[in-house]
Amino acid sequence: MKKYLFFPGCSLERNARSYYDSIMAIRDDLDIEFEEIQDYNCCGATEYTSIHRLGSFALLGRNLALAEKQSNGTHTMTVPCSACYLNLSKTEHYLRTDAHLAGQVNQALEAGGLHYNPGMLDIRHILDIIFNDVGIDVIKSKVVHPLTGLRVASYYGCMIIRPDYENRFPDPEYPDLLEKLMSALGAEVIDYPLRAHCCSGHMPSISAPVAYELIRRLIHTADEYKADVLVTLCPMCQLNLDAYQPDMNRHFNTNYHVPILYFTQLMGLAFGKTAKELGIGKEFIDARPALSRIGIEVPPAEPAPEVRHPRKKEEGLPMPKMPAKNMSASSQGGKDEVK
Amino acid sequence: MAEQDNPQKSQERIGVYVCHCGSNIAGTVDVEEVHRWAAERLEQDGVVVARDYKFMCSSLGQELIERDIKNEGLTRVVVAACSPHLHEATFREATKQGGLNPYLCELVSIREQVSWVHSDKQKATEKAKAVVAGGVRRVIHNVPLEPMRVPIHPDVLIVGGGVTGIQAALELANGGKHVYLVERDSTIGGHMAQLDKTFPTLDCSACILTPRMVSAGNHRNITLLTWSEVTDVSGYVGNFTVTIRKKARYINTNLCTGCGVCSEKCPKKVIDDNFEAGLGYRKAVYTSFPQAVPKYPVIDVENCTYFLKGTCKACERFCPPGAIDFTQKDEFITVPVGNIILATGYQTFDPRRIPQYGYGRLANVFTSMEFERLSNSAGPTGGKVVLRDGKTTPRAVGIIHCVGSRDRKYNNYCSAICCMQSLKFAHIVKERTGADVYEFYIDMRTPGKSYDEFYQRNLEEGVLFVRGRVAEVTDAARLPGEEGKLIIQAEDTLIGKQRRIPVDMVILSTALEPRSDYEEVGKLFGISCSTDGWFIERHVKLDPVATMTEGVFIAGCAVGPKDVPASVSQGSAVAARVFQYIQQGEIALEPYRATIDQEKCSGCRICNDMCPFRAILFHEDLMVSEVNPALCQGCGTCVAACPAGAIAGSGFSDEQILAQIEGLMLIDQEQAQPVEAGL
Amino acid sequence: MNDALQPEEVQTKLNFLEEVMQATPGDSRLEMCIQCGTCGGSCPSSPDMDHTPRTIFAMIRADMREAVLRSNTAWFCISCYYCTVRCPQEVHITDLMYTLKSMAVRQGFTQPNTPWSDWSLTFNEYVYNYGRAFEFGLATRQGLRHTSLLKYPGLAQLGMGMLTKGRMNLTPRRIEGLEGLQKILNRADEIEGESQ
Repeated sequence: MKKYLFFPGCSLERNARSYYDSIMAIRDDLDIEFEEIQDYNCCGATEYTSIHRLGSFALLGRNLALAEKQSNGTHTMTVPCSACYLNLSKTEHYLRTDAHLAGQVNQALEAGGLHYNPGMLDIRHILDIIFNDVGIDVIKSKVVHPLTGLRVASYYGCMIIRPDYENRFPDPEYPDLLEKLMSALGAEVIDYPLRAHCCSGHMPSISAPVAYELIRRLIHTADEYKADVLVTLCPMCQLNLDAYQPDMNRHFNTNYHVPILYFTQLMGLAFGKTAKELGIGKEFIDARPALSRIGIEVPPAEPAPEVRHPRKKEEGLPMPKMPAKNMSASSQGGKDEVK
Repeated sequence: MAEQDNPQKSQERIGVYVCHCGSNIAGTVDVEEVHRWAAERLEQDGVVVARDYKFMCSSLGQELIERDIKNEGLTRVVVAACSPHLHEATFREATKQGGLNPYLCELVSIREQVSWVHSDKQKATEKAKAVVAGGVRRVIHNVPLEPMRVPIHPDVLIVGGGVTGIQAALELANGGKHVYLVERDSTIGGHMAQLDKTFPTLDCSACILTPRMVSAGNHRNITLLTWSEVTDVSGYVGNFTVTIRKKARYINTNLCTGCGVCSEKCPKKVIDDNFEAGLGYRKAVYTSFPQAVPKYPVIDVENCTYFLKGTCKACERFCPPGAIDFTQKDEFITVPVGNIILATGYQTFDPRRIPQYGYGRLANVFTSMEFERLSNSAGPTGGKVVLRDGKTTPRAVGIIHCVGSRDRKYNNYCSAICCMQSLKFAHIVKERTGADVYEFYIDMRTPGKSYDEFYQRNLEEGVLFVRGRVAEVTDAARLPGEEGKLIIQAEDTLIGKQRRIPVDMVILSTALEPRSDYEEVGKLFGISCSTDGWFIERHVKLDPVATMTEGVFIAGCAVGPKDVPASVSQGSAVAARVFQYIQQGEIALEPYRATIDQEKCSGCRICNDMCPFRAILFHEDLMVSEVNPALCQGCGTCVAACPAGAIAGSGFSDEQILAQIEGLMLIDQEQAQPVEAGL
Repeated sequence: MNDALQPEEVQTKLNFLEEVMQATPGDSRLEMCIQCGTCGGSCPSSPDMDHTPRTIFAMIRADMREAVLRSNTAWFCISCYYCTVRCPQEVHITDLMYTLKSMAVRQGFTQPNTPWSDWSLTFNEYVYNYGRAFEFGLATRQGLRHTSLLKYPGLAQLGMGMLTKGRMNLTPRRIEGLEGLQKILNRADEIEGESQ
């Protein structure tokens, strides 16, 4: 039984309630226990730090201080929302490396009777926990209803893998953790090229046309690759791609219909949980038609869909060999990276 | 508590010379005061003459020393001036001219260590006095030393058969010296043999290189050892013993005529990752290219059906002179040489490390070396510039500069040749396909002869330039007109707007990197590498082909990225440097070295592995270590490391060092004040 | 660049570049920018910005304070961090964008009633007053202020969808330790004001 501190973030309460529900539904299978941070406050998203520099660190510092108080032997804090994750881990990083800043932040925290010791917490995204701590083998063993035939495009968004000051994820451009995860669930994995492109963040409220274009290209490419569903790991991405998909369709006069689900929801389905307990049904773009294909019976064999961009060439000049996905900037043998 | 004065006056007669160095020293240090103080205060230590002079290193300055030695009967000389790195040899020579052993002269630095690092005149002057006192106290303990003379074996070892190695080999061989040219690959020629054309003249690379290769292969003074590697080096300058492993070719070179029937008949085809940069094929028994020197093929053990399964042997069956020999073994030879030249070249950056450029994921993204093979008329497409499908001619091509260069995440340096190489590619693509060509650059680096004119030629030919480092290459179409294309996204910084340019083919100008085994090679030959992995020259400006290790030289791209003219120049330069040694027949080595007192040595051997120059050997029978004086560079590591204190350094004995420390502390002890090193 | 200079240590007024770097946590490395354009090339919003990120950095070096802080560049940054991970000189570009946003507001270069700054200011107001984000209130205020009447039907549809699917609260949630949080945030603003 692995125990983790858990920072839900504002969205998991309502907007991304299904993310929360699906995480809780699968935690027993993953043998994980969560201790939620009591009375946490908003992480500030990308807004608080746009106006208040020190204030934003203090805002996040309060959460870190509360977590430290609750920690009681477990130092890892799991964060499901990518924006909360980025904000908390970036704050931890800066407080640990910039003593002057840490001093100022603690001065502010004192006014509220709190204090945080930098370095006391290890902030990790829930995908990191599931992939690295639980592991693919355990996940495979829990699958009772493989998602055979379901074509899944994995979408990471930005903030989980960039800027990654703590080097948790090896590849900031084309990661493959979700792909491996979906594969373990039995789904058919699509090599989705825009997996790490931005969903447009808060742009729908700042400048809608800009946002719609960014959303359109993601949906368009997923549709091009004939994805049945696009999985995500961030409430903001889910909201933008799902809730704004009808608006985007209206704006461009298109007719895309790509359902957007949380990766934990698919995990739950593979583990045999019901759609209801996983919060499926709250999406703007209905996921049920796609999911009915993997419902109770194994779907009949279909002719393989036309792949737009064949990667393997039978004739012509040979392609370079691609190694196992561990390539990072500092993987050249024998050299130290000077950062 | 150190003695402040010697109880009796020193027997030595010491001359002290304090240099002004113009205003370099005199601007901060009161040089007259220093020499006056030396004459007075250090008289007890033996100072009989103390002078100051504007420029001690000038002929007149040197003559001062010579005259005083003769007229005043000096037995020791102390010069307080610049750093010994610069003029120690000068003043030693002057001392020698005066009739005194040159090692009885000490140069102490009151410039780099005093006037250039302090600004308080009073304190700097006091420190200069202390430095002079240290020098005086030390020099009393100097003993006359004679440089060691060692003979130079006339043979030379050159490691690396690329254009640099070949150039050096020919220069030496034509001068009548015997050269071993060792090359790891099955043929000489190196990377230059892979190229199609060379900038800026657009000479066909093979056409200018192969005559040199043939000369090197046929030269009676060059022993060509291809498919070979150096496995051991011992000895010292003039007297190296080198062991070379000649890997088995499985071809009897006495019988082989180079007819090529074996390759023709061989049924096993594999991707040629080496010469064809992964873009073409070869057989399991092969020569890399038709003009290979030597002409003998090799059998690739990892892919040969006979070695894998015990069957086939088609080559043996068909070989007319019966030259295939599957029983051949690696052969080890040991040869004596006097000097070693490393010309091991470079390797190319692997752009799979930059995923956003799409290499390996998107079919029509090519590396520069792949494109060289593509455009080479002897390459896999016969010189036709086509896409990865082997047939389609591109109608738009993007060429990306600085892939893996000028980037803190990969290689911080500039690879020197990629701008010119990219321009060359642009020209070739234009000429052969008429396609639209876009060059994406940060800066245009075209410094050589006719280089900028080549850039202008590109402009005349209609190549389009976008100043902006490429952000990504993608096949995810976003706008109409992008379907089925590769889109290069970059900011055109000269107009300040992001652009998406659809092309059919992308060429990445990849960085040049040191060979991946640079550390092992450095250790094998006893030389150092920089943090990037390039071999380090003795002096970046004034001695670019020598190393700090006597007798080992470096040349070409192994030292740092450079173009062919620079590599060839270095090949000639290093040959000239080596010639110097060989012609003199012997070399004088600095007498500063360590000696082990075998009475005190306990045989613990801690020093053996610590020596960076592998200069310490161990006598099994006597259970003691011994320093080879010819290899020892006098670094002092072993002296410090020896737990028994059994190692002493001539030129840096304990007495000398302690005496110098006492001298340095002289003034402050008198004044009973802590020494302030501050400004 | 970690430690802020004490007022008495500042001998001359900092130029705009130094000011921006100092206001950014950690070592932003802005002085190392070689103007290669990777940031402008990677930025998804770059086509819609007045000036690309790279141009802004050139303008900062040229001491063009007003032009930089009046532009919409920083506000269109969506924090995707592509620029930061691809920059060959490892400049912390996104963090610098945050600095520019807060400078623009504090130094009075942002006009009131500008959609992008209003969004942040309103968001922050709810965080200050309740301790949590309040999407319904935020979207409504932003919508009423900055969306043209023509778009109201679409917006209302989205809003209704969110409510009926149970994805949005009609009322804000208040944390228990709100008083403490407000003290903390006030003190932080005080300290930040002092060090400028």
